[in-house]
Amino acid sequence: MRSHGLRGLWGAYGGYAIGFASLFVIWHLASVYLVSSVLFPPPTVVARKGIALLRNGVLLEHLGASIQRILAGFFAGSLLGIPIGLAMGSFRPLRRLLEPYTEFLRFIPSVAMITVAVIWFGIGEASKIFLIIYTTIFIVILNTAAGVSAIAPNKIRAAEALGATRAQIFLHVALPATVPYILTGMRLAMGNSFTTIVAAELIAANEGLGKMLWDGRMFMLVDDIFVSLVTLGLLGFAVDRMFRWSIYTFAGKYSPAT
Amino acid sequence: MPLVSFRDVRKTYRSLHGVDYPAVEHFSLEIEAGEFFCLLGPSGCGKTTILKLLAGFEVPTSGEVLMDGAPVTGASRDRGVVFQGDDSLFGWLTAIENVEFGPRMRGVPKAERRERARRYLQLVGLTGQEQKYPAELSGGMKQRIQIARALVNEPKMLLMDEPFAALDAQTRALMQLELANIWQTTRTTVLFITHDIDEAVTLGTRIGVMRAGPRSCVKGVVDVALDGARSRTDDAFLGYYKRVYEMIRDEVAASIARAG
Repeated sequence: MRSHGLRGLWGAYGGYAIGFASLFVIWHLASVYLVSSVLFPPPTVVARKGIALLRNGVLLEHLGASIQRILAGFFAGSLLGIPIGLAMGSFRPLRRLLEPYTEFLRFIPSVAMITVAVIWFGIGEASKIFLIIYTTIFIVILNTAAGVSAIAPNKIRAAEALGATRAQIFLHVALPATVPYILTGMRLAMGNSFTTIVAAELIAANEGLGKMLWDGRMFMLVDDIFVSLVTLGLLGFAVDRMFRWSIYTFAGKYSPAT
Repeated sequence: MPLVSFRDVRKTYRSLHGVDYPAVEHFSLEIEAGEFFCLLGPSGCGKTTILKLLAGFEVPTSGEVLMDGAPVTGASRDRGVVFQGDDSLFGWLTAIENVEFGPRMRGVPKAERRERARRYLQLVGLTGQEQKYPAELSGGMKQRIQIARALVNEPKMLLMDEPFAALDAQTRALMQLELANIWQTTRTTVLFITHDIDEAVTLGTRIGVMRAGPRSCVKGVVDVALDGARSRTDDAFLGYYKRVYEMIRDEVAASIARAG
C-alpha cells in the first residue's frame, strides 16, 4: 500500500501541515487581536527576529551549544544505561544490588541536582553533561531492564533447545528482543534532556538556548525569548520524530512478545 | 535400549503460597527410536510437564529421565522443541533466518546453512515465504517455521507441545496431514503432546493416555497398527478412537469435576 505523487504526499502529511499552520494562525490572531502587546509578539515578528539571529550567527551559537551538551550527555547516559539495564534484567542478584541506587536516585529530579553539579563541576560543559547523563541514565536503565524481563521464556527455551550457549542467547535473543524498550527509554530520556538543559542554562551558562531565555528576561528582549522557545519546540519535535521513526521501523520486527 | 525412559518420575511445583502441587507421580514410560508417540490427556494433567522434563527445561523432583541411557541434564540440540504458541519465534528474524538459527549458533558457514534452511522450509511447505517476518505470517505458517527450525538441527527427537491446538479446525487438519507426511520422510522420533483423541489416532504409532491430575501418570498405552494415509472414516480408525475414548472418558470427567 504505497501512495504515489502529490496526492499520496498530501494524504500522509496534509493533516500535519494543516495542524501546524493552524497553530501559527491562532498564535497570530491571539497576539494581534486578543492580547495586542509587545510582551506577546506575533509569529511574523518572531520569524523576522529568528532570521536576523540566524544571519548574525547568534542563534546557531546558542543552538549548537545546547545540542552539543544534550547529545554528549544523552549518548554517554545511554551507553552507560543500556549495559547496566541489560545486566540488571538478566541477573536477579545484580538487580537487587543496584535497585536501591536506581530507585532512590531517579526520584531526585535532575533540576534539583543543578546546584550540586555547578559546585562540583563549575559552570562549564562538564556540569551540563553530567546533568544530562543523570537525567538519561535511569530511564534507560529502567526501560532496558523491563525489556529484558518481558522476553517470552519460550524464546530463551527455544534458543537453548537449538543449541545456543548462554552468551549466544544474550547476544542473539535477549539483546534484539529488548531493542524496542531501549529505544522507548531513550526517547523519554531525550524529552527530559530538553527540560534539564534549559533549566541548567537558565541558572549557569555562557551560551545555550536557556541562556538566551535568561538574557531575554534580563534585557527585556521578548522577541529573543520567543525565538528560543520556538527553536526548542522545533528541535524537540524533529528529534522525537527521528525516535518515533526508528522505533516504528524496529518495533515491527523487534518485538519482545511475538 | 529405548531412546527415552521415564523411570518413576515425580514433579512437584511449589506455589507462591508455599503449597506443593504434585503434577506427576510414578510416571514411567519408554519411547523407542522411530516412534511417533502421542501423549494424550485431559487438560491440566501434566502432559506439558513431561515434555519440559524431557526437553531439559525442568528437572524432576525425583526419579529419572534418560535419553540413550544418560540422564537429561538440560536443553540440548538432540531434542528439538515445537511450542504451542508463536512466542518462541524470533520476531526480528525472517522465516529463513529463524530456521538458520541453530546452524548459525554452531558456526555452520552461511551458504551451507542457507541451503539447508531452504530445504527444510520446502519440506514444511513454506517456499516463497523465506523473507517474511513471523508477524506477517498466519498461525499455521508460524508453526511450520517452528517445525523447520527444529528439524534443520537434525535432532535425535522432536518434542511437540500441542503445536496445532491454537489453529482453526481446517488449518489443524491440514497441518496434521502434512506433519504425517514429513514424519514419513524424516522418521524422526516424535513425542507429541495433545488433548485431541482424533489428532492422536491420526498421527501416532503409539498413544499413551494419562490420568487426570494431580499425581498424574500413564493410565495405559495403545499401539496403533495403522499404516500410511489414515482416514477418519475407516472402521479401524474408529475402532482406535473408541478404545482411546473409553480410556480417557473418566479422566476427562475427573478433570472437569476438579476444575469446577
